[in-house]
Amino acid sequence: MTNPRRAAALAGFRAVLPIMVGVAPFALIAGFAGVDAGVSQVQTVAFSVLVFAGAAQLAALELIGRDGATAVVVATALVINARFLMYSASLAPSLRGLGTGRRALVAYLLTDQAFVVSALRYEQREEPPGTRLAYFLGAAVPLWIEWQAGTVVGAVAGAAVPASWSLDFAIPLVFLALLVPAVRDRAGVAAAGVAAVVAVAAGGLRLNAGLLLAATAGIAAGYTLATRAASR
Amino acid sequence: MTTTNPALIWAMIAIAGAGTFLLRFSFLGLLGRGGDVPAAATRALRLVPAAVLAAIVAPAVAGRGADVDLATARFVAAAIAAGVAWRWQNVGLTLASGMVALWLLQAL
Repeated sequence: MTNPRRAAALAGFRAVLPIMVGVAPFALIAGFAGVDAGVSQVQTVAFSVLVFAGAAQLAALELIGRDGATAVVVATALVINARFLMYSASLAPSLRGLGTGRRALVAYLLTDQAFVVSALRYEQREEPPGTRLAYFLGAAVPLWIEWQAGTVVGAVAGAAVPASWSLDFAIPLVFLALLVPAVRDRAGVAAAGVAAVVAVAAGGLRLNAGLLLAATAGIAAGYTLATRAASR
Repeated sequence: MTTTNPALIWAMIAIAGAGTFLLRFSFLGLLGRGGDVPAAATRALRLVPAAVLAAIVAPAVAGRGADVDLATARFVAAAIAAGVAWRWQNVGLTLASGMVALWLLQAL
């Protein structure tokens, strides 16, 4: 590795370090959620390795715990992860010139956190794609290691926690911690509010399709509001 | 606790994993030749986290269907944690305040 690349990788790591502090409890809960749903520890860790996306993993595990239908579990995870399309489109022009294998590696390691720090760097600095890749990996690889390690610890330690501690309550709490900053404007408030009401009302729906229905209704409500605001 | 066949869970993990990779690889795979995401799609995608997270949290703390109950320790603890999340925007602090509030309310 040449010097500018090493410096870029270190800069990526430094940028993501404070974010990693907030990811730690989330990773532990992703491991515990598997135990809580009655999914084996191996499958819980496989979720982290193959899907590698916290909110989708937690939602899928929660649905599996309530015996949700296969199509509903998969569709819910993919709807939550649809945001990666946006990240992928945003990073692609900056990484032009990298080989397919390297772009596939970037895709696999793409997370909210790695995207945020990298997109900011690419906007601020004109650098060759190799240096940009080094910066991305400097941020994304530590996040990957933390996520896998946290899931393993959560899945193993979570099994030993007595039910009287109500640790299952930590799962909605982590979502709550992510929800609050996600509600940025009136459209976000509408999306969250409508989704919450529909989810509660449709909670008894067959196949556990309530989450998917509620999320769709919320997005539609927020979208309508945002479109109206934009056309005014 | 799930009663779903472990083999079926493996299938869910594999399909969700493959689908998620394709979503991530989409535009990166096209090398930027696929153009940009249309503005309307971006507007909808930006709302996905807020809608999905609210749809998960609300029934977990308020109950679902005919079992809605807001006078529970869980709902009150969640409300306290929401206040902490709004004020400090910190996952660890939100988690700690919600859990401690729940334990105190359950001990009452």
